[in-house]
Amino acid sequence: MRRTPIPVAPVMFVKPRRAPAGPVQAGQTLRLHVMRYNPADPASMPCVQTFEIEQSDGMTLFMALSEIREKQDPSLQFDFVCRAGICGSCAMVVNGRPTLACRTLTRDVGPEITLAPLPFFELIGDLSVDTGKWMRSLSERLEAWCHVEEEKIDLRRIEAPMDPDLADRIFELDRCIECGCCVAACGTARMRKDFVGAIGINKIARFRLDPRDTRSDAEFYEVVGDDDGIFGCMSLLGCEDVCPKDLPLQTQIAFIRRKMVREGMS
Amino acid sequence: MNVFYTDVLVIGGGLAGQRMAIAAKRRGHDTVILSLVPPKRSHSKAAQGGMQASLGNVVKGQGDNEDVHFEDTVRGSDWGADQDVVRMFVNTAPKAVRELAAWGVPWSRVRKGDRQVVINGQKVTITERDEAHGLVAQRDFGGTKKWRTCYVADATGHAMLQAVGDQVIAAQIPVRERCEALALIHDGGRCHGAVVRDLVTGDLSAWIAKATALATGGAGRLYRVTTNAVICDGVGMAIALETGVATLGNMEAVQFHPTPIFPAGILLTEGCRGDGGLLLDADHRRFMPDYEPEKKELASRDVVSRRMEEHIRKGKGASSRFGEHLWLDIRLLGEKHIRQNLREVWDICHYFVGLDPVKDLIPVRPAQHYTMGGVRTNHTGESPTLKGLFAAGETACWDMHGFNRLGGNSVAETVVAGMIVGEYIADFCDRAENDVAIPIGVVREFVRREQAGLDAIATGAGGEDASALKARMQEIMSRNVGIFRTGKDLEQAVDELQTLLAKSHRIGLRSSAPGANPELVTAYRTKKMLKLALCVAHGAWMRTESRGAHYREDHPTRNDAQWLSRTLASWSGDDATLPTLRYEALDVMRMELPPGWRGYGAKDYTDHPDTAVRQAEVEVTKARVDDRFARQRALMPYEHLLPKSLRGRNERIDERFPAPPTLPSDGLPESEFSWESE
Repeated sequence: MRRTPIPVAPVMFVKPRRAPAGPVQAGQTLRLHVMRYNPADPASMPCVQTFEIEQSDGMTLFMALSEIREKQDPSLQFDFVCRAGICGSCAMVVNGRPTLACRTLTRDVGPEITLAPLPFFELIGDLSVDTGKWMRSLSERLEAWCHVEEEKIDLRRIEAPMDPDLADRIFELDRCIECGCCVAACGTARMRKDFVGAIGINKIARFRLDPRDTRSDAEFYEVVGDDDGIFGCMSLLGCEDVCPKDLPLQTQIAFIRRKMVREGMS
Repeated sequence: MNVFYTDVLVIGGGLAGQRMAIAAKRRGHDTVILSLVPPKRSHSKAAQGGMQASLGNVVKGQGDNEDVHFEDTVRGSDWGADQDVVRMFVNTAPKAVRELAAWGVPWSRVRKGDRQVVINGQKVTITERDEAHGLVAQRDFGGTKKWRTCYVADATGHAMLQAVGDQVIAAQIPVRERCEALALIHDGGRCHGAVVRDLVTGDLSAWIAKATALATGGAGRLYRVTTNAVICDGVGMAIALETGVATLGNMEAVQFHPTPIFPAGILLTEGCRGDGGLLLDADHRRFMPDYEPEKKELASRDVVSRRMEEHIRKGKGASSRFGEHLWLDIRLLGEKHIRQNLREVWDICHYFVGLDPVKDLIPVRPAQHYTMGGVRTNHTGESPTLKGLFAAGETACWDMHGFNRLGGNSVAETVVAGMIVGEYIADFCDRAENDVAIPIGVVREFVRREQAGLDAIATGAGGEDASALKARMQEIMSRNVGIFRTGKDLEQAVDELQTLLAKSHRIGLRSSAPGANPELVTAYRTKKMLKLALCVAHGAWMRTESRGAHYREDHPTRNDAQWLSRTLASWSGDDATLPTLRYEALDVMRMELPPGWRGYGAKDYTDHPDTAVRQAEVEVTKARVDDRFARQRALMPYEHLLPKSLRGRNERIDERFPAPPTLPSDGLPESEFSWESE
């Protein structure tokens, strides 16, 4: 049913354009240089296509790309869902940097804007990549769910208390939206295709912190205690730089590494 | 032709769909979820402020219970809701919160001792009880008597979706991402699955199942300005409608949220007002107390949205180059509170408008937010007319929201309905008579018809542009079928939408690229959306009263004598240009809470002839029976409607169970707290 082979979005080395002196004004022309490629079409060749549209007040890349698809090229592929910066669908490389397109204001990144799909993930077409499949397999590998004692749950009784600060700390790590920016910006992922990325380490940190998860460090070590896990990270920390949710990835990577070293030596 | 078989086919990967899938899978049924997007990107995620469940942990929630939640919800619905379903819901909501707490949702927790909160614009110190320390916290929301909304900062839906999505992975339930159901396969009486399009390859396949469950969310994208995600175009409702057998209930009941950010329409949670935020006008004056002295900013959403628009009509709106709007002021909550509990709000203000809500006022104006209507089901979630078709969540009308939904009740409904309907789906699949038995020829014919439909769009030389038709539809809906409605506007909307529907048969494409083909997607979705839009507009035109969110300026009062009924829309065939409407009466004599004044909003309404009789009966029973459980049972017994595993009371700090739990081997709790005993 699926076509083969499935291409992976290429890394586009884009020389960052010189930042404009100030924000783009309404009425000014934006030039969007979009990487195009439709793997489903044998005639399609990867190329960069330039679209011109007029800047308007409050315009985001979501608005700009939607307008281009409606008025200029109905075949343009991209993924937007919430268009409010909470679902993680629209991560793409904007002027060389992975970020959420929906909350990127064109006035801040224009008037020349280069758009490319996230590298590393399977390319569906143009700016659309398949992060979902990778995320699911990551969760399966890491068993990234709260391992709970189901038989002890009685839904009719008062819930188990939790320290309010601990709940807030867990939420802090639970805020990941699986957009894939951290993996796209990761040097290790470039070299190791099975690397779990900052997202994987953060998931482990999140469940490790959660007293409802019954797993021990020995069990976490089983899933991240190798070079595809925590010991593969080269600490380049592109992940920390680009995370749209400002997750404390650097701290968590360092912390989990320390815990896993201790576990590995015990 | 690709044909796949499964026991349960869940269409939609949001909270309702995933929770149903977990229930069915745990009962031993092979279950597959189809989703337009990776499931954790579903619109459930956008539920910010929280979910209602009467835990009563915080001191301002003390005294809360199922009875209070029930009354709030029925009043909120303007008596349009099915009260049995509301009872089922309010009794299961605390169980849902507790299940999610066990599954890892980092609910914000109560901190014992003094804390400062903002109530009615004033800073007030309240003291949380020692015994509540560490339990799930609640905040205030509109239309509620108690603080009942459980929350995870202002990313509640996100955290819930993470936990439920993780459990789906743990249960090894396959999710087919980027798949869209284009038609339900049925034989006129029984649903057998769906024809499904792969949104990457463009290929069609047939999915055959014992039970088919729709959980595709709402249809906000019928409107130009909506808080809904771009995938909320109601295709799930439309394919049910297109069977000609299943019906849609109350499609004219559309909610407009008071405080989406202006002009982008991105939601800012009701938690802003629940936590103490105020609405101000052009003169920076607080105006809601003038209109709604009882509940002020925290009346139900239909009322607040209407009052805001009314105030703008009086010339009190602030002007901007995008039009008029009002202000939301959360500055009084302080930086710490905003950065911690209203963090998404801060993000949205920062990234989309470039303002800081700690220091600045936020421009807001009501926008489409929620579809109360949906696929009509009975209390088990099954269509009464198309066997084997189930629906849950915003897609469904089972009907817990009536004509207005309370904030915090929708994300609660997703998981509660998922739990309940999931059990009923499992029961359905347990019965041998419901095994798959459909001639493959029927399946082939359905796939052929869908493929022919797509080919006709792709190769037809029609001159109509799908994007333009859709934009026109959205414009008509926002302009004529919005917060304030009149017969004249609605008639005009129906007329124009019919013209658009006729044009939609002549859509032509500009691109023919193989694969996903987004233009083709817009084309076939638009055709379906136009039918839904007609259900909304026609239903609104015919309903000559005002109830909940449906407000007719030419019929401004609620009329129980004529309109205490649920609208049922069906679509008779390909040639139809209007839905067929029928009405299903609500039985006042069975109501636990007979119709009356809601406690906010307009006080004039026309009574149903049975109301006084029933009210008298209710009074007598209330005077006679003291115990709240016995009283409830005397008024409107409903517990038999719940699946066995979900029955039973809910423990609270103030309603402790007497003994530690004893769990027999079958996992069902001892009868001590079950319905059978007092």
